[in-house]
Amino acid sequence: MTEHILKAFDEDLREISSRLAEMGGIAERLVAESVDALVRRDTALAQRVIAADDAVDALQREIEEKSILTIARRQPMAVDLREIVSALRITNDLERVGDLAKNTAKRVLALDGEYHAQKQLRGVKHMADMVQQRLKQVLDAYGARDEERAMDVWRRDGEIDAMYTSLFRELLTYMMEDPRHITLCIHLLFAAKNIERIGDHATNIAETIYYLVVGEPLTEERPKLDTTSFTKVSLNG
Amino acid sequence: MAPVQNSLKTIDPGFRVPLGDLTMDDLTVQDSLANRPPEADALITKPAPQDEQVADAPLRADVRDLNFYYAEKQALNRVNFPIVDRKVTALIGPSGCGKSTLLRCFNRMHDLYPGNRYEGEIRLFPEDINIVSRDVDPMYVRLRIGMVFQKPNPFPKSVYENVAAGLWVRGVRRKSIVDERVELALQRSALWDEVKDRLRESAYGLSGGQQQRLCIARALAPDPEIILLDEPTSALDPIATSKIEELISVLGETVTIVIVTHNMQQAARISNFTAFMHLGVMAEYGPTEKIFTNPSEKRTLDYITGRFG
Repeated sequence: MTEHILKAFDEDLREISSRLAEMGGIAERLVAESVDALVRRDTALAQRVIAADDAVDALQREIEEKSILTIARRQPMAVDLREIVSALRITNDLERVGDLAKNTAKRVLALDGEYHAQKQLRGVKHMADMVQQRLKQVLDAYGARDEERAMDVWRRDGEIDAMYTSLFRELLTYMMEDPRHITLCIHLLFAAKNIERIGDHATNIAETIYYLVVGEPLTEERPKLDTTSFTKVSLNG
Repeated sequence: MAPVQNSLKTIDPGFRVPLGDLTMDDLTVQDSLANRPPEADALITKPAPQDEQVADAPLRADVRDLNFYYAEKQALNRVNFPIVDRKVTALIGPSGCGKSTLLRCFNRMHDLYPGNRYEGEIRLFPEDINIVSRDVDPMYVRLRIGMVFQKPNPFPKSVYENVAAGLWVRGVRRKSIVDERVELALQRSALWDEVKDRLRESAYGLSGGQQQRLCIARALAPDPEIILLDEPTSALDPIATSKIEELISVLGETVTIVIVTHNMQQAARISNFTAFMHLGVMAEYGPTEKIFTNPSEKRTLDYITGRFG
């Protein structure tokens, strides 16, 4: 895209975009570290994740203020307006991603001293790897304004949902097997839910990228394979 | 051709509009104000359909393959676009793109100078006549299509006389009717409350914004088919501008308005349809919403986002 007659406007947009990239990088790292802390039961790392979430929140406020100021000052139109509206939306999603990583890290602290079984963690770790990869892909797609790569993330959100559903069943089985696993499994289940939600935010970002590039909101129904709301346990006496 | 530019100054009881080839039957405005059927008044206040789609919307005018030449120089090149009935259509574009030239074709302003030449059509509905045709008297066109300019230009007369002028020119003389139409026009231009006690005072005593609304009232009084506004707020302060914009938004539900503006936010705020002109051609036309959020043409995008040139 050619530059604006008003150079300062380009500068404003570049600034917002680069702040957002920075925020994306931190959010990505927090997700990776929170899962790492959970798997290794590393409370020190978990503490760092909790503390680092403040940086994400601060960046969100900064991007929001800058965006509002740019709208007030430049009255952006068309693609410029979409650029700023998209930044506002993505920054909200990333802020939530940071919160969810922080919540997972808090659970690591709660589990301190609890029974530590690798078996139950495997599924959560696998799901977390997938979500991290999606988050990375969607942030790359934002950087490159590549709606095709964003849509790839969007289409595959169903896989994460399906994985969460099967994890839900699996953890349920462990809890039924041995009540001593309940505390661990409940925390893992919430951690898994956090991770699944991070996947949803990656999907939101993908929709925003589509809107940013194409100019029209995505109206298709997103693929949903999370059926845990309907899952129930039948106890046969 | 009749020296129309002077016609308003020479109002006298014997004044009659030069009709050219038209008969009195064609020129129904002449008497219709006195004997308006009730339906006609109903039409004034009836809002237009809310539908934003051009395809189904009733048209007030349609520009078809319009070329315009200032002597040898071609200023408009095969312009095509519709004017939707009782909606606001904004013409935007960089200086010299032809938007004012296009606007002036609608009331044959260019006829005031020799050598200017129109080709193609501007069809006015429901009559379905080509108003830029040589066979149509420019005076006839101006009686039906009113215009308001960049700088307020009231006559050096009283507020009342300014608004009544358009009616007198059309031969409406009965005082009760003129009074009624003047009040209605001033109310529709949101000026009545401010001037009702000073109708006999000079229009020059009004503020710039009031003068501009007075000019809009003057254009409205004879109930024109289209009102043309050529940058009506560029000489006004932000408050007066807001009042005019509010007025245009309200009027746009009952009158067909075509407005030229350099202020893109203004076009985005008050128009239903936007036409982007560039180098004498119609680069893009569509619902305002679309033009300002997601235009199809690269040059429209460059212009509205401030990347031009």
